[in-house]
Amino acid sequence: MAILVDKHTRVITQGITGKSGEFHTRLSHEYAPRFVGGVTPGKGGSQHIGLPVFDTVAEARAKTGANASMIFVPPPFAADAILEAIAAEIELIIAITEGIPVMDMVPVRKALDRSKSRLIGPNCPGIITPGECKIGIMPGYIHQRGIVGIVSKSGTLTYEAVHQTTTLGLGQTTCIGIGGDPINGTNFIEILQMFEEDPETKGIIMIGEIGGDLEIKAAKFIKENIKKPVAGFIAGQTAPAGKRMGHAGAIISGGHGTAAEKMEALREAGVSVVDSPADMAAVLAKRLK
Amino acid sequence: MNIHEYQAKSLFALNGVPAPEGYLAHNATEAEFAMRRLGVKVAVVKAQVHAGGRGKAGGVKLVKSPEECAAVTEKMIGMRLVTPQTGAEGKIVHKVYIEAGSEIDKEYYLSMLVDRESACVAIMFSTEGGMDIEEVAEKHPEKIVSVLVDPTVGLKPFHLRTLSFAMKLSPEVSKELHSFVEKLYKMFVKYDYSMLEINPLIVTKQGKLLALDGKMNFDDNALYRHKDIEAMRDFAEEDPREVAASKYGLNYIGLDGNIGCLVNGAGLAMATMDIIKLAGGSPANFLDVGGGATKEMVTNAFKILLSDSKVKALFVNIFGGIMRCDVIADGVIAAAREIGVKVPVVVRLEGTNVEIGRKMLMESGLQLLAATDMNDGARKVVEAARKG
Repeated sequence: MAILVDKHTRVITQGITGKSGEFHTRLSHEYAPRFVGGVTPGKGGSQHIGLPVFDTVAEARAKTGANASMIFVPPPFAADAILEAIAAEIELIIAITEGIPVMDMVPVRKALDRSKSRLIGPNCPGIITPGECKIGIMPGYIHQRGIVGIVSKSGTLTYEAVHQTTTLGLGQTTCIGIGGDPINGTNFIEILQMFEEDPETKGIIMIGEIGGDLEIKAAKFIKENIKKPVAGFIAGQTAPAGKRMGHAGAIISGGHGTAAEKMEALREAGVSVVDSPADMAAVLAKRLK
Repeated sequence: MNIHEYQAKSLFALNGVPAPEGYLAHNATEAEFAMRRLGVKVAVVKAQVHAGGRGKAGGVKLVKSPEECAAVTEKMIGMRLVTPQTGAEGKIVHKVYIEAGSEIDKEYYLSMLVDRESACVAIMFSTEGGMDIEEVAEKHPEKIVSVLVDPTVGLKPFHLRTLSFAMKLSPEVSKELHSFVEKLYKMFVKYDYSMLEINPLIVTKQGKLLALDGKMNFDDNALYRHKDIEAMRDFAEEDPREVAASKYGLNYIGLDGNIGCLVNGAGLAMATMDIIKLAGGSPANFLDVGGGATKEMVTNAFKILLSDSKVKALFVNIFGGIMRCDVIADGVIAAAREIGVKVPVVVRLEGTNVEIGRKMLMESGLQLLAATDMNDGARKVVEAARKG
C-alpha cells in the first residue's frame, strides 16, 4: 500500500522551467511517469520537456487534475509558491527549496492548519514510493520496493538507509524526507502514524539530527502508539554547541537539542537507536526476523 | 549571523529603543575622547566580541575618568577573552564600546525568538535579569513569563498586559515596558531576527527602561533582503577557514581533530563526523559541498581542507543524488594535481554516476584509498591518520 504517493498521484512542478526544476522533473518522470504539467508564471500555454506549462497552480489543477505539487522555486519566492498551492487546494505539496526565511514560513504554517493540504518540507529531498512515484531529488535506482518505511530530516543520509535496506533485501515502502528547517509542514509523528497503519510497512527507520525537540516528541508518541519495530539514528553526536550545522534547524542552543538526549528518549521508547549510521538497517533486520 | 553589541545598540537607536549613549573605540585615545564626549562621571568599557559572559572574564569594566578609561582600554585591546561561550581558545578583543554608566535600580530580562513548534514569536520576560536565564528557569521558574505572538495576528495589548501583570510591575514601569516591547517586536519582524536578547534590561533610578546589553542573531536565510545587516558581518570574529569556505558557497565548520571530511549533505556530513569518532578518530571539520557543487567548488573545498596543518588524512564521503560522482572525482583530481596532496585520502563514492566516478579516480594515478561503504571508509581513514 505505502503512504501518501502511489501510481495514482498526479504531479505538477512549480518552477518547471528553472534549471533544477526541469532536471528533477525529467528524472522523476523517467523513473515513474506521474508528472502532468508545470507552473511558471508568464510561460503558460507553452510546453516544457513534453509537459504543459501553466501560469497559475489553480489553472494547472483545473486542466490536469493534479493532486500533488513539487516546488523548485528560489527562496525569496518559495513561501508564496507554497501559499498558492494551498489556495489551489493541492492535496500534497513537496517543497524542495532550501533557504526560505523562517518568518516567511510562519503564515504558511497558519494557512496549512486551515486547509486540506499537506506540506512536506521545505528544505527536503522529497518523497518516493519505489516503483510507483518519485517526487524529489533522490536517485531512483538505489530504491527497491519492500517492507521498510523511512522518515528522515536529512537527504543524503536517507540514501544511506535506503542503500542499506536494499542491500539487505528488505526494500522500502515509502521514503520521506521531512527536511531540516525549523518550521516545516510535516513531522515525524504524523508519518510514524501513517507507517503504523500501512499494512505493507513492517518496520521503520527514523533519522533525526540535532536541533529542536521533534525527536523527543516522536519518542513519546512511539512509546504510546507504535507497535512495529523502529530503528533510529541521530546525526550530530559530535557537533559542537551553538553552531548551525548546515541545516537551518540543526543547532544546539541553550544545551537543548543534543543528539544524546534524543537518543536517550528514543531508546526509552523502545527504538533501536544505533550509534553508527552504517548500522541502521542491520539492527532493524534483526528485529524483523 | 551575529553582530556586536555596539551594532545592536545602533539598531536600537535607529528604531527608538532606549539604551545608554555610547561610542566605539579601537584604542586608548579614541576611548578617552569617547568618555569626554559622553560627559559622564562613570562609564563602562565593554569588550566587543561575539560571545556572552564577558563580565566575569574581565571584559566589562567600570571607569571613573577619561584617563582611567584610556588605561583600561589599553589593557583590554589585544587581550584574549575566555568566557564559557568562546571555547577554550577565547576571542581577541579588537575594539571596545565606551558606554555611559547608568544608575541601576533593577535588572530585568527580555528576549524574543521564533518558536518552532507554534510558529510564533515567543517573548520571554523576567524580573531576574543580569543572571543566566537558564539558571533562573531552573531555580525560579515563577519569575519568568512568556507569551506567544502569532505574527499573522500581531502583538496585542493583552500580550503586553500578560507580561507586566505576571511580574507584578508598577503601573509606571508597566507603561514603559509596554512601549519598549512594542518597539522591540517591530524590530524583530522588520529585520528577520532568529533571536534578540536584552540582559539586563535595566530600570534606572529615574524609573526609565534602558537596554544595557543587546545580543542579536539574524536568520541567515533572510540576509539577502537585509543588505544593511549583512554589511555588519565581522569576519574577524569568525574562523578564517569558515570565511573562505562561505566565499565559495561551501558550508564549513572547523573542529579540533585531524581527519578532514568532504561530504555532500548536512545530515550525512554530521553522520560522517560521528562515524569517524566512533572508529576512534577525530574530525577536523564539518563540510557540506551541497547538491549543486561544481568542479571548482569541490577543488576549493579540497584546498581549504588541505590548508589545515592539523589534517593528517582526508575522508571524501559522497552519496550522489543531485551531486554526481563524476563531478566529485573531477574536482578531487583537479585539486590533487594543482596543490599536490601529501596526506592519505580515503574516497567512498556511491550514487549517481558512481561507476564513472570510481573509474576516473582509479585512472587518475593519484594515491587514493577506495572504501566500499562508510564503515570501511571510517576505519581506513582513522588508520591512515594514526600512521601519519
